[in-house]
Amino acid sequence: MIESGELVEIALRTVGIAAVSTLVAALIGIPLGIRLGYTGRVSHIVSIVIYTGMSLPSVIVGLLVYLLLSRSGPLGVLGLLYTPTAMVIAQIVLALPLIVSLTMTGVASKSETVRLLVQSLGLNQRYGSSALIWECRKAIVAAVVAGFGGSISEVGAAALTGGDIRFHTRVLTTSVVLETRQGNLETALLVGCVLLGLALIVTALVVVIGEK
Amino acid sequence: VKIFLTFMVAVTSLICIGLARSNSNQLRLATTTSVYDSGLLDEILIDFQTKFSAKVQVIAVGTGQALQLAQRGDVDAVFVHAPDLERAFIAAGLAQVHSCIAVSRFIIVGPVADPAKVASAPSALEGFKRIASTQSTFISRGDNSGTYAKEQSIWKLAGLTPKGLNWYLEAGSGMSATLTIAGEKRAYTLSDIATYLVTREQAQLARLFAKDDPVMLNQYSFMTLKNSTNNLSEQFRRFLLLPSTQKVISNFGRQRYGESLFTGIGGKCQVPVVENK
Repeated sequence: MIESGELVEIALRTVGIAAVSTLVAALIGIPLGIRLGYTGRVSHIVSIVIYTGMSLPSVIVGLLVYLLLSRSGPLGVLGLLYTPTAMVIAQIVLALPLIVSLTMTGVASKSETVRLLVQSLGLNQRYGSSALIWECRKAIVAAVVAGFGGSISEVGAAALTGGDIRFHTRVLTTSVVLETRQGNLETALLVGCVLLGLALIVTALVVVIGEK
Repeated sequence: VKIFLTFMVAVTSLICIGLARSNSNQLRLATTTSVYDSGLLDEILIDFQTKFSAKVQVIAVGTGQALQLAQRGDVDAVFVHAPDLERAFIAAGLAQVHSCIAVSRFIIVGPVADPAKVASAPSALEGFKRIASTQSTFISRGDNSGTYAKEQSIWKLAGLTPKGLNWYLEAGSGMSATLTIAGEKRAYTLSDIATYLVTREQAQLARLFAKDDPVMLNQYSFMTLKNSTNNLSEQFRRFLLLPSTQKVISNFGRQRYGESLFTGIGGKCQVPVVENK
């Protein structure tokens, strides 16, 4: 059973981890996606890599991050396994392909129109790219929301890299698993509703900001 | 967008602060799910954490995985229940000090109708034999847990090798998931008593064999590790053996389930794990 104070704490942590990982993934993924979409000449290999990344199983990412950060792994000295940072790393890996590919397809669909428009108005290339980003803001927002949504609702990698430690790495998804395992089905359902509500609120916020 | 970015940066810094704060005086403990999911460990930890102003981080996994984590150096101590696996772990020179903390019992659970007549079996071995001879569906954990190790040893004692037969299913899941599967499929399974009581409402399984059979003894041990320099683990080991903690262990669950789930044994192993000591 979870007290409401602890539930709030878990919810805040969940949002925090998802927000940080989405932010980092967006900072890398949006420029990359714009670049790939704008040039329009993405090789098949790159496309395949990115699209495979979209369906990257989270448990595999979790396992790889686990092996990387474990005390007997290559980055073991950092002591990062079973910390929120480890969870953030795994979520970045999961969110990045989503953000890159959605940005890329969004930009690719608009890039020709914008290029023609900028050319016909006789504006320089620099203006063209900022116009392009503005034109593609909805696609970019959708990409960020997708990244955040994937991150907040993911459980496999979160459990493997975070360990579901109370007051430390427990997030909403792992506590649903735990409550179910402990036989507290009502609590599990309640936590699930909080998760759903949070996803709704954050997505709504991002969408509204993106529409402005 | 700026507001959004500012918000995210704020969250990042909060997380960083939270990280920096939570480093001193903490103990990382890998434990079998039964002691954690039943709530026993939390009850013990409340006392310990206030007394030593320490923070204990619990990672609840199967015994096999807990020992794996210990071997890799990812935890400071383990709370497990598979004497055979513990012996191998000690033989590999990985354990610092091993202490037997408590005992409980394994039980055979199954459908209320009990087609294999396990309830009237005089021994656990006979119960397993009856399940096999009637080819009643049996759900095995199929993971590397202490309960799975126990189940395998019972089949071996009974001279049976059910692996691969059509009535023998390996769930590859934790105890409560396995109990749920057994309930849905009206099948038999081996369970620890604590997890059975915790999930009994949803699983609708009957406790069929719970007799006092030495084969079904379920012994929980605590081990400090050679590859961990954290001295809190030794303090926690001593704390577990204190008469007051032992009493907490023995009384745990009486109120909620009307029976005690564990019996403190204060370091005196009932199933021998280490020769001397």
